[in-house]
Amino acid sequence: MTTTTLNRRNFLASSAAIAGGFSLGFGVPFSRAEAQTGVQEINAWVVIHPDDKVVIRIARSEMGQGTLTGLAQLVAEELECDWAKVTTEYPTPGQNLARNRVWGNFSTGGSQGIRQSNQYVRQGGATAREMLIQAAAKEWNVPASECSAANSVITHKGTGKTTTYGKVAAAAAKMEPPKDVKLKDAKDWKIAGKGLKRLDTRDKLTGAQLYGIDLKLPNMLTATIRDTPVNGGKLKSFDAAKVEKMPGVKKVVAIDGRAVAVVANSYWQARTALAALPVEWDPGPGGSVSSSDIAAMLAEGLNATQAFVGNQAGDAKGAIDKAAKKIEAVYSYPYQNHATMEPMNCTALWTPDKCEAWGPTQNGEAALAATAEAAGLPVNKCDFRKTLLGGGFGRRGRSDYVRQAVLIAKEMPGTPIKLIWSREEDMTHCTFHPIMACKLTGGIDAAGNIAGLHVRLSGQSILAGLLPQNLQNGMDPVVFQGFNNGGTESAYGYNIDNLLVDHAMRNPHVLPGFWRGVNTNQNAIFMECFMDELAEAAGQDPLEFRRKMLKPRHLRVLNAAVEKAGWGKAPAGVHQGLAQIMGYGSYVAAVAEVSVSDAGQLKIHRIVAATDCGHAVNPAQIERQIAGSFVYGLSAALYGECTVKDGAIEQTNFDTYNVMRMDEMPKVESVIVPSGDFWGGVGEPTIAVAAPAVLNAIYRATGKRIRTLPVMNHDLRKA
Amino acid sequence: MVAVTVNGKIYNTNADPRTPLLWVLRDDLGLTGTKYGCGVAQCGSCTVHIDGVVNRSCRVPLNAVGRRKVTTIEGLAQGGTLTKVQQAWLDNDVPQCGYCQSGMIMAAAALLKTTPKPTDEEIDAAMTNICRCGTYQQIRAAIHDAAKG
Ligand code: FES
Ligand code: FES
Repeated sequence: MTTTTLNRRNFLASSAAIAGGFSLGFGVPFSRAEAQTGVQEINAWVVIHPDDKVVIRIARSEMGQGTLTGLAQLVAEELECDWAKVTTEYPTPGQNLARNRVWGNFSTGGSQGIRQSNQYVRQGGATAREMLIQAAAKEWNVPASECSAANSVITHKGTGKTTTYGKVAAAAAKMEPPKDVKLKDAKDWKIAGKGLKRLDTRDKLTGAQLYGIDLKLPNMLTATIRDTPVNGGKLKSFDAAKVEKMPGVKKVVAIDGRAVAVVANSYWQARTALAALPVEWDPGPGGSVSSSDIAAMLAEGLNATQAFVGNQAGDAKGAIDKAAKKIEAVYSYPYQNHATMEPMNCTALWTPDKCEAWGPTQNGEAALAATAEAAGLPVNKCDFRKTLLGGGFGRRGRSDYVRQAVLIAKEMPGTPIKLIWSREEDMTHCTFHPIMACKLTGGIDAAGNIAGLHVRLSGQSILAGLLPQNLQNGMDPVVFQGFNNGGTESAYGYNIDNLLVDHAMRNPHVLPGFWRGVNTNQNAIFMECFMDELAEAAGQDPLEFRRKMLKPRHLRVLNAAVEKAGWGKAPAGVHQGLAQIMGYGSYVAAVAEVSVSDAGQLKIHRIVAATDCGHAVNPAQIERQIAGSFVYGLSAALYGECTVKDGAIEQTNFDTYNVMRMDEMPKVESVIVPSGDFWGGVGEPTIAVAAPAVLNAIYRATGKRIRTLPVMNHDLRKA
Repeated sequence: MVAVTVNGKIYNTNADPRTPLLWVLRDDLGLTGTKYGCGVAQCGSCTVHIDGVVNRSCRVPLNAVGRRKVTTIEGLAQGGTLTKVQQAWLDNDVPQCGYCQSGMIMAAAALLKTTPKPTDEEIDAAMTNICRCGTYQQIRAAIHDAAKG
C-alpha cells in the first residue's frame, strides 16, 4: 500500500505546488513531497508529516464561504490533532476518479459543503486517529484500548508513555482501518463548533494568494474571448487579418461556432486586439427579444390554465371565492448577475495525448469532464486542478469557461493558455438569476384568518435551462424552494388549510442559472411581502398574524429574531419589517430597520438575522456568511437588474450594474439559534430574507408597497 | 523601454506605454497581488499607491506614472512583518474569498495615513471599493482597530 499511496500522493497538486510553480505533465511526481521523506498518508483525508504537521484533504471548493476551515475542523475534531499544525490541500478530480471517488462529491453549491459530507469526513478523521493509536500501542506492546490521543500526542495510561502522530504515522498507515468508528457527540467538540479563525487568511493580505487569474506557466500565452451576445446565436464571420499583426497577437480562434478568442503574449494585447476585431453575429431567434417581451410572456403565465402544482392543500380557489375579503397582488423579480469579483478564467495545456487545466470551479469533477470532452481525450488522460475562487455564488458550478480554455489550448498544442474574461464578457454571459413573476391571491375570513391562498409563479426554470434531464415530467421542483410541503430542505412554514402553489413555466432565451439563494430569493419576497399585505387586510400586526400560522421551528427562529431586534421598539423615524423562510435545510428570519427621508433616500440602519442551522460548525464564520449574504441580497434588492435589448444583456460593468458599497452597509447582528440536532446550510439561507424584510420596512416607512425589484427603479418619497 | 519604480525597485518594461499600470504590474512585473475586477475604475480591486496616493491602476496608463513611486500590496509587509492594517485584517479575520482585499487594504492604508483616527463617515467616504462577499462589516472593525493600535 505504501508505494502506491506515495505515488498517488505525489501526483496530487496541493496549494503549495501551485504556489511553487506547477508540476507540469503527468508522471512527473510532486517533487516537493517526494523530497520530504516520511510524509505519510494515513487515509484519503489525513496526511501526517514527521514533524507532526497535519494535512487535511478537502474535496469541496473554497470560494470565501469558509468551508475549507469548517471541514478541516470536523476532520481535526475526530483526529484529535493539534489545530495549530493543520494545513489543507485539494485532491484533484482525476485523483478522485482514479481512487474510486474516495473523496465523494466535489460539487460545492446549495450550501452543501458541510452538511452533505460531515459524516464521512469525520469518519475519515476518526479512522485515522484509531490507526495512529493502534500503531503506538503496537510499538509499546500494550492494548490500544489503554491508549488515548489528544493534540497529536498519544498517551498510554498505564506507563504514561507518550509519542506523537509524526513518529507513528508510517506504522499507522499500515494498520487495518477500523470498520465502525464512533463519532463524537457534538457536546464534546473542542475544535468543531468553535469560532476559530480561517486557515486561509494570511496570503490574502499580502498579495501572495494565487487565484486562477494569477497563474503563470512557462511559455504561457493569454487569451480573451467574445461569445455570442445573444444566447442561442452564432458567430457569422470575423476578419482575423485585421488584428493578426497587432503587437503580441499569436492567433485568432473561433470556438464552437459561437465565440471568437484572441491569443496574445499578455492580456492587454489580447484585449486590445479583440476590441479591434471586426465580428459579425447571427443572433438567432433570441435577437428580437427585449425585456418588455419577456415581461409579457410572464404576465400571460400568471393567468394560464396549465401549471405545475408544487404544493396543494384543501381547495384554495373555492375558499378564496367564499372568503369575506379577497386581495390580490402581482410581484416580479428580474434577471441578475453573480458578478463574482474575480472574472471567469481558466488555464489549459493540451497535447495530443494529455490535457491539464487549472482554474476556479465550484465543481471540480464537472470541470474535469468538460476538460476531457473539449480535449477529445479519455478522462484518465486529463486532470483539473482547482485554485481558490475569487467568489462563486453559483456561477462557477458551470464549466463553460473551462471548455473554452481547453478548445483554445487545443489550437496551440504544447502551449499553456490562460483564458481571462473581461468584466464586460462576464456581465453579459452569466447564467442569470432566473426571472419570475408571481400573482398571489388570498382570502381573509370573518375572523381575520387566511381562508385560502393561491400563489401562481410564472417564469423561468433553471433546470430547463441547464439540467433538463432533472425535470420531473416537465416540472421543475426547484422552482418551489420555500414552498415545499414538508421535507428537510425547504419546507413551507405556514399552516394554511386551503393552499395552492403552482408554476407556469415560461423560459425566455436568456440562460438561467443557480445564483446564491436560487429560488428562495424571489419566493421569500413574494410570500413574505404578501403575508404583510394579508396581515394589513386582516388589520393585524405582521408578527402576530404570522405567529398564528407558523410551524414550530419556523416560529422559533422568527421569535429569536424579533426578540433580539426588539419588534415594535424601533427608534423614532425608523421602521421595521420582518421575514422568515426555510431554505437549504436551515430556518432563517430577519428584522430590518430602515428610514426614508423626505427626499426619498433610503437608509437601512440595522438587520437582525436569526438562523437555526442545526450544528454550528464555526459560529464566527456563520456570522460572516450571514453579514455577507445580506450584502449580496441587499445589492440584489436595491440595484440588481439585468435587462434585455435585442436579445442581449444591456448591463456591461459595475457602472451599469451597481452593487452595495460600504456606506450602505447596515449593522448586521446575527443570532445563531442553537439546536444541534441536524445539519443545515449556512452560505445561502439568510440571503432570502434580506429583501422582504427591507421591503416590508419600506412599506411601513412610506406607505409604498414595492412589488417589482429592484428598489432603485422606485420613487420612495412618501405616497 | 519604460522604467517604472514599484515597491522601491526600478523595472524596465517593454509594455506599450499606453498599457494600464494594472496589466504592467500583473503581466510584465509578475506582481499579481493587484487584481483586475472591472477595468473602469469602479471596483477598486486594482488599488495601488502612487507617491502615497490611492489610485485605481486599471485607469492609469503606464506612461502617466513617470518617475512617481508605485506601491502595491506586495510592498506593504517588510521582511514578513505585517503592517498595522494587515495585522488588523488578520485579527478580525476579514477576508472571505479575498479577491478584493488587496485593494481594500491599500485603500485603508492610505486613509489611515491621512486620517489616523477615521470616523465611520470618513471610512464610508474613503472606502468605495466593492466586495461581493460582503466583508464590509469586518473591514470597518479592522480599520478602527488599526487606528487604535
Ligand atoms: S479593476 Fe480597477 S477599479 Fe476595478
Ligand atoms: S472577500 Fe470576496 S470580494 Fe471581498
